[in-house]
Parts: sequence; structure tokens; C-alpha cells
Amino acid sequence: MCDTASPNKFVQKLDDYIDSLTYKKENLIGVLHYAQEIYGYLPDNVQWHIAQKLDIPSATVYGVVTFYSFFTMIPRGEHVVNVCTGTACFVRGAEKLKGELENQLKIKAGETTTDNLFTLETLRCVGACGLAPVMIVDGKVHGRMNEAQHINEVLAKYRPEI
Amino acid sequence: MDIQLTINDISLKVPEGMSILDAAKTVNIDIPTLCYLKLNEMHYNNNIASCRVCVVEVEGRRNLASSCSTPVASGMIVKTDSLRAIQARRAMVELLLSDHPKSCLTCAKNQDCDLQSLASELGVRHISYEGEESTFEIDKSSFSIVRDPNKCIRCRRCETMCNEVQTVGVYSAVGRGFNTVVKTAFDLPLHETSCTFCGQCIAVCPTGALTELDQVDKVWKALNDPNQFVVVQTAPAVRVALGEEFGLEPGTIVTGKMVGALRRLGFDRVFDTDFAADLTIMEEATELVHRIQHGGRLPLLTSCCPAWVKFFEHQFPDLLDIPSTCKSPHEMLGVLIKSYYAKSLGIDPKTITVVSVMPCVAKKYEAARPELAQGAETADVDIVITTRELARMIREASIHFDHLKDKEFDHPLGESTGAAIIFGATGGVLEAALRTAYEVLTGETLEKVEFEALRGMDGIKEAVIPIAGRDYRIAVIHGLGNARTVLEKIRAGEINYDVIEIMACPGGCIGGGGQPYHHGNMDILAARAAAIYREDRAKPLRKSHENLAIISLYKDYLGEPYGKKAHQLLHTSYTPRKKI
Repeated sequence: MCDTASPNKFVQKLDDYIDSLTYKKENLIGVLHYAQEIYGYLPDNVQWHIAQKLDIPSATVYGVVTFYSFFTMIPRGEHVVNVCTGTACFVRGAEKLKGELENQLKIKAGETTTDNLFTLETLRCVGACGLAPVMIVDGKVHGRMNEAQHINEVLAKYRPEI
Repeated sequence: MDIQLTINDISLKVPEGMSILDAAKTVNIDIPTLCYLKLNEMHYNNNIASCRVCVVEVEGRRNLASSCSTPVASGMIVKTDSLRAIQARRAMVELLLSDHPKSCLTCAKNQDCDLQSLASELGVRHISYEGEESTFEIDKSSFSIVRDPNKCIRCRRCETMCNEVQTVGVYSAVGRGFNTVVKTAFDLPLHETSCTFCGQCIAVCPTGALTELDQVDKVWKALNDPNQFVVVQTAPAVRVALGEEFGLEPGTIVTGKMVGALRRLGFDRVFDTDFAADLTIMEEATELVHRIQHGGRLPLLTSCCPAWVKFFEHQFPDLLDIPSTCKSPHEMLGVLIKSYYAKSLGIDPKTITVVSVMPCVAKKYEAARPELAQGAETADVDIVITTRELARMIREASIHFDHLKDKEFDHPLGESTGAAIIFGATGGVLEAALRTAYEVLTGETLEKVEFEALRGMDGIKEAVIPIAGRDYRIAVIHGLGNARTVLEKIRAGEINYDVIEIMACPGGCIGGGGQPYHHGNMDILAARAAAIYREDRAKPLRKSHENLAIISLYKDYLGEPYGKKAHQLLHTSYTPRKKI
């Protein structure tokens, strides 16, 4: 893995971000957040690159990445769909919403569709409890997602036009 | 400021900041520990309180306190032996055992395992907990270290050693919850990481999760092969530690018994790596003089330690021109056995098996380096076993070690001086080099051969030694973290030395990763070092260049030190490697 060069595509952006930090080693989690934002996930060579840049062992970076469930080493789809499973959403039918999404996308939570378009995940409470149950697509909150039809309409917005 | 507290009804005063565990020790109260390990001499302190074995009851506190990580407080009333504490401890060990293989009888650490002895001490007679057991792959990828994560108890001693003392950073706790285990980056096999194979992780691992790659069977096979001429050599540090495996006091010198045991095991010749240590001095001292005379780059760094060599290949690939090009002593002896000695006996080097007994697991990896061979089929050294493995062979052969008669090494590659034996302790290589350099450069006899400034457990020792009108600035370093500190300063041009000795293991080879387990008792290392210097004093010759066998080797075979033939056989080159 480490013999392959770091993906050049975003490497400059990542390096600029790291260079802008006053405290580098101390900011490992922040750097990983940023890297996941631009790469969508944290492959080995990106972690290795960060380790070199921050002058810390790769094993330490890997330890942090594997500890936090937020970080993923599996490529994610173009759009990330999150179902809130916090208390309010749970009471208002988050499980049903999750099931419906799994049904429509034909994947389980944590997986990515074969066309790489959607990744389905769950998270806990985005503070939009008044709109429960909510789903979040690429950071945008969609509330009162009780109807299959409604869910389908939201997903359609993210599908390429045929 | 002293703190007043009570432990088991004993009132005591201890300095602020001391842990309950250490405070209890001052009044001879032992609290069982497992993950905790403190080695002052190495600046090593693992008190992450992950195992919860050292819990004690503190009055007024709802839960039990881990004594290794809880500092004393004024008026504290501690009970270390209450029923609640004892039961909690036993429960912790039972929980650890519930997710631990029960294969003690066949484990490499059988009877040397901290978890095993703790279970015995705490009277664990059955395991009340049943449940899932971890199933991790065993990593046998390297030539030196075997990792069995199934036996890992997540104490993270190895991680502290590797990351903080050695600054190699191979290990990290990976995953979370039940699935947490100490692993390498990206689950890479150890062989593909920056691991130096120093084996200090093995030295501190309380269980069988980290052990050396066992080569004992390979040695037995060679010994029983009628077509193989099997030659063994032993490193200086082995003879001052091997006795511990047979119940002798640490620091007992067992050179004669060790040679006797090797003969009984059936080796055709028993040679001494000390011979090659004397040879190293001749080559390295000449190399230093050559660099100084020809404006070569300084400092010269010693290259006897294979873990240190691998460390600088990974961490300082831009400085590969400063280490000495000398092969390590056992490699030098290996190549001489297969050339010089084979020629004198008139036998084909391919029929010779060279076995090295080393205090070290990195030597196993070193012996497999492709450049340390004469052609693809003839490695300089064929098999490396550790001090521990030799002890195992002696036991397997049912040899009564303490009843063995003292025997002598074979001639000529068993001849050595006191300068060679001190290679086994930190500072020894430079002390030996100075003994020779002084006499060669001044033409005078060196009356006092001991260089006290280079001895002892300080991580970085410095001295300026004037010889023949020039001041030699020297440094002695042990522990890779200390080496990094100095190398970074050299890289930045902040400090200058002429020559630096570096050994990866704390204390030098006497504290090597292949030595009998010290279980955290640093007095053992001190006793081994004292034995090394005792053995030096007892030698009639104490300067490498006085070794008669070395003199005839150069006269009859090699020619000049650091000459053409010496270069071809005794010197090597280094490879830049990636930092993982």
C-alpha cells in the first residue's frame, strides 16, 4: 500500500490545510476530519501521508481512525445518506425510515450502492428533533420522512437525470 | 511536601505525587500488578491502568482505585488486602483468562508468563466467565518476532516501549471495545513496517503475545545432518546471562560451562564472537583514522547493532554515509568461518552451517539480509538463536548445566581479549576502540585501560579524549530514542562528534531482546554489566590489537586492516527504507 503514491488529486489541498495549522501533531483528529471530507474516506496511503506530514507513527494514525466510528476506511458513495437514530427520531419511526431506505437503496446501513451513488449510515441527533424522523443527505436535513413516496422523492433529487 | 496516609493500618509519610503502589512498597506491602511496568533506568513507565489487577480499597471512595495510577492524598486510608479488593483482582484475572488461549503447556512463555504466575498467585482455580474469544491471525512474517494477538492482554507495554523509549512507533491499540488489540499500522505484517526487531517489546510483554521466532529445530536438524560441519559462535553478552536460565545468580559468568554445553550438544567447533569483536576494532579504528585523514564525513557511527542499523535506514536515510561500513561481529566471524577457516580445513563452505548464539532477536533478521552473504547460497551466518533458545536446547538435551566442566573455545577463531568481551555492555565498543587507537596513534603503552566515563546506564554519555595531540569528541548512546535525539541534532548541524557508539537496547547487548526475561528487575542488567567488566579484568590480554590470532589472520589472509580483502569480506552497505 505504501508504495503507491498518495492520491495527488487532493493532496495539495490537504497539505495546505496541515501547513495552516499552528499545532499539527495535536490536531490529528481535525486533520483526519478534513481529509475524510475531501477524500470521502481514509485509505491507507492517505493515513500514511498524514503520518509523514505530522511526523507521527502511521500506527498511531491508524489507531485513531479505527477507534472512532465516524472515520471510515471504505470508499463512500457520492452522496451520504444518514438516518438519525436519536431518541426523538427513534420514537417517531427512525427504524421504519432506515428500513425503507435500505429497501429503496437495496443496501444495509453502513454499505454503499453498487453504482457508488449512495452510502447509507446512521447517526445520533442533529438537533432537528421537531422534524423527527429526519434523514440527512450530504449535510442537508430532510424532516418528517414517514412516507415511502416522500423518501423516494428526496433520493430522486440526488440521482442523475436520465 | 510529604503526604500522610494509612495503608493496611500502617501510618506512613511519602512525597506528594507518589502512587499508592509505590507508597505501599515503602512499607513492604506488595500489590499484585500486571500491565504496570516501571523501568527507571530506561525512563520507561507504563501505568495506563488497563488491567485493573492492582485495585485497592480507598475509604470514602465508591469504586476501587487502581493503585499504579492513583496518587496518594492526605489522610487517605487504603486497604490492599480487603476481601473486596482480593475478589475484584481475581475477577479481573478471570476475565482476562476468559479471552485468552488456555494453551499454557505449549506456549513459548510457559513458566515465564506474568499472567500465568499471577493467576497462580491469586489462586484462580476456575474461570467463572464464558464468552466469545478473540481470533486474530498470528504474524510470523518476520525473521525475528512472532506476534500472537490472541495472547495479547492489551497492557500496551510493548507500545510504550516501541513508541516512547525506542521511538520506532510500530504498535498502536487498534479498534475499540472487545475488538481492541495492539497491532501495526494498517495491519501490515511486521516485516513490512519500520520495526527494527530490537525485541524490546518481547522483553516487556507479560504474556506469549510477543516471542522470538524459534529456530531451535533448525539447529537440531543441522547437528544431526552428517553432511554438515556445524560451527557455533557466542556473543559476549550471552555468557553473563545464560546462567540465569539455570537458576544461577544474575551476573554469574558461565563462559566455560557454556562452551562445555555447546560441545555436548554436538557442535563441531565452538568459536567466540569476541574474536570478531577484536577484528571489528581493527577495522573500525582504521576506518575512523582513514576518514579523518581523507576528510571523510564525521561522526563515524558504530554498526555492530542490527536494530540500530535498521533504525537509521528507516529514520535517517539521508545520513547513510556516516555509519561505519563494518559488518557486525558475528557476520564477520561467519564469513571468515566460510572462507579463511574453510580453506584451512580444506572443506567446501557450502557444507558448513554457522550458528550464532546471540542476546538479540534482530540478529535473526540481520542474518537473512541478502547482502550479508557470499553468493545466493552461502549466507555468512545460517541460523541465529537467542540466549533463551540455547537454554532451551540445553534443557531439551537434559544436560545438567551446573555440573558441566569448564571448557575452552576452539583455536583460532575462539581467541579474544578483554576489549572484545566489553562489547556486550553499552560503551564497550568505544572503550575497546580507544584502547587500540591510543596505542596505535601514540606508539605508547596505555597503562590504565578502563575508560570509566563511557560506562554506566546514562542514555547519552559524552567525553573528549585527547590522543596524540588531537581531541576526540565521542558519545555513547543506548536506546533508540536517545539515538534519535542525537541524530536529529547532527542532521541539523547543531553538534559534532568524531565517533558515536549506538546500541538499540537499553544497557547494550546485556539487555538485549533475546536475553533471559528480567521481568522488570533492572538489578539484573547491572549484575550482567558488572560481570562483563569482571571478565574483561580477568583476561591476560585486554587490547584488540594484541590478539595473536587477529595478527596472524591479517598476516596470513586479509592483508591490511581496511584493505581490499577486508573490504570484500568484512564490510557492507546500507539501504534507504521507508518510514511506516
